[in-house]
Amino acid sequence: MILLAGIWLGATAAAADDSALTVTEIAPGIFVHQGVHAEATPENLGGIANIGFIIGDDSIAVIDTGGSLREGKALLAAIRQISPLPVRYVINTHFHPDHIFGNGAFAASHPEVIAHANLPRSLAARAGDYLASARSAMGQSFLGTEIPNPKRLVGKTDDIDLGHRRLHLTAFPPAHTDADLTVYDEKTGTIFAGDLLFMERIPSIDGSVLGWLKAIDKLRRVKAQRVVPGHGPVSAPWPAALDDEERYLFVIATETRKALANGESLRQATATVGQSERPNWQLFDAYNERNVTAAYTELEWEE
Amino acid sequence: MRLSRTACIGQALSFLLLLVILAVAAPRTAAADEASDDPWPDLQTAIFADRQIADGSSFMHLEAPARAADAAVVPLEIKFDPAQMPGLTVKTITLVIDKNPAPVAAVFHLAAVMPDPSIGTRIRVNEYTNIHAVAEMTDGKLYMAKVFVKAAGGCSAPAVKTPAEAVAHLGEMKLKLPPDATAGQARRAQLMIRHPNFSGMQMDQVTRYYIPAKFIEAIDITYDGKPLMSVEGNISLSENPFIEFSLKPDQAGEMSVTARDSDGAVFKKAWPVPASS
Ligand SMILES: [Zn+2]
Repeated sequence: MILLAGIWLGATAAAADDSALTVTEIAPGIFVHQGVHAEATPENLGGIANIGFIIGDDSIAVIDTGGSLREGKALLAAIRQISPLPVRYVINTHFHPDHIFGNGAFAASHPEVIAHANLPRSLAARAGDYLASARSAMGQSFLGTEIPNPKRLVGKTDDIDLGHRRLHLTAFPPAHTDADLTVYDEKTGTIFAGDLLFMERIPSIDGSVLGWLKAIDKLRRVKAQRVVPGHGPVSAPWPAALDDEERYLFVIATETRKALANGESLRQATATVGQSERPNWQLFDAYNERNVTAAYTELEWEE
Repeated sequence: MRLSRTACIGQALSFLLLLVILAVAAPRTAAADEASDDPWPDLQTAIFADRQIADGSSFMHLEAPARAADAAVVPLEIKFDPAQMPGLTVKTITLVIDKNPAPVAAVFHLAAVMPDPSIGTRIRVNEYTNIHAVAEMTDGKLYMAKVFVKAAGGCSAPAVKTPAEAVAHLGEMKLKLPPDATAGQARRAQLMIRHPNFSGMQMDQVTRYYIPAKFIEAIDITYDGKPLMSVEGNISLSENPFIEFSLKPDQAGEMSVTARDSDGAVFKKAWPVPASS
């Protein structure tokens, strides 16, 4: 009885919430919705990451779908206000819940779901936790959300064509996560960096701090006009947009190595490393110690 | 949380029996609900039967962050003050994370030559929980200390950020000794073993990925062939198990470590230990 009531309420809520997301056209044919700098709540529908879409002559590619089925549906509603073309591709920049949980909203048009080759395995290992914590954070707003199942996997690079508009996909070695994928739109020189780029909101290390610094080096060589960061403004100048994040990660790596050389324990290191960066980032206290833990347990294996 | 707990429990075979015992003991009255949230009384009975456990807080305590930044890697120290425990020598320490699916995280067996029984390690914490350390002395008496830790999701959290790296370096070990030890002083050694300590996971209906539990279950540490410490571990120890312990070598010698995982894979390494200068 309780279960039935829950489903019924959820269906009502979802039906009542087909309002379209606010999107900004950051370059011709490229639209981005800006996530808020907060944790997922029933009110924000998990909409804490930047998500967007690119329109070609024949079809549309969605790049990240948001933190819940409802956010995905609101993104689809935004697309339908702008273009009737089919959504042929859903690209997942990595496996974090705020980027992938809207995939289900696009199932009706049977898009090719694309991701880094490592994504299925890494997501499978985390899916149970992601669903449980999103349910407890969002409650009714999360109903109906499912784990995506990408079938087109990118090991190194791949290209897709939206009709006179080619997108170039690049898979990275472990950096923000072990499944980071960027999307480059040749037509406008726009790069969707996913969470390889955090602006304003503190980066979170769920892969490798050294790998991430290397990824930034590699990204800098991309000749782009602008970038869409995974978190931050909808569009930012390239490559200056990378500067703050690179400095933060460099500080974390350098100070962690120093702590290790001084024989500081993990606990001591988490209390001191990176503190000079506090004024520069939103949600600093929620993630910095965790980042230091990740850096410490990675770097303690260096000779 | 239920889904992930089930996944962990399903794989923590060595502790399944213990959990079955607890489940049988579970039925309670509504009035007892508040108190029944504390699993310790049942755990104590399951692990130590009816043996008395005295309060050891005058000479032993647990140090852990009150709120852990990363539930999969919670640093924990079991500290003893030898000056406050004359005549008592620690033989074994049982570390219990009350609300983890595999509550007995580790059992440390200490040789008498160990100068200070204090142990440091890193654990996974599945939800807000008390953590108990129970020390058995050479005279057979039990003493305990506890600490409360706020952390959630560590057991079922993915064991590895970079699975390819974990496979490539499986079983590698590293020993850290402070370089500035003075002669006759106890030294703190840190042993690290590269191992994902996978807690295992259920078949995922969508992706069909299945990762069986695979964890370090035994570590034997010797110095010049004589036992120093042996450790029984399980999935409640963090990825890349970490053990800090003390050592007071009278002379230069060789520290040797043998670790065995739940698949029966055996990893060995030895290090020369210079005499304290
Ligand atoms: Zn992310």
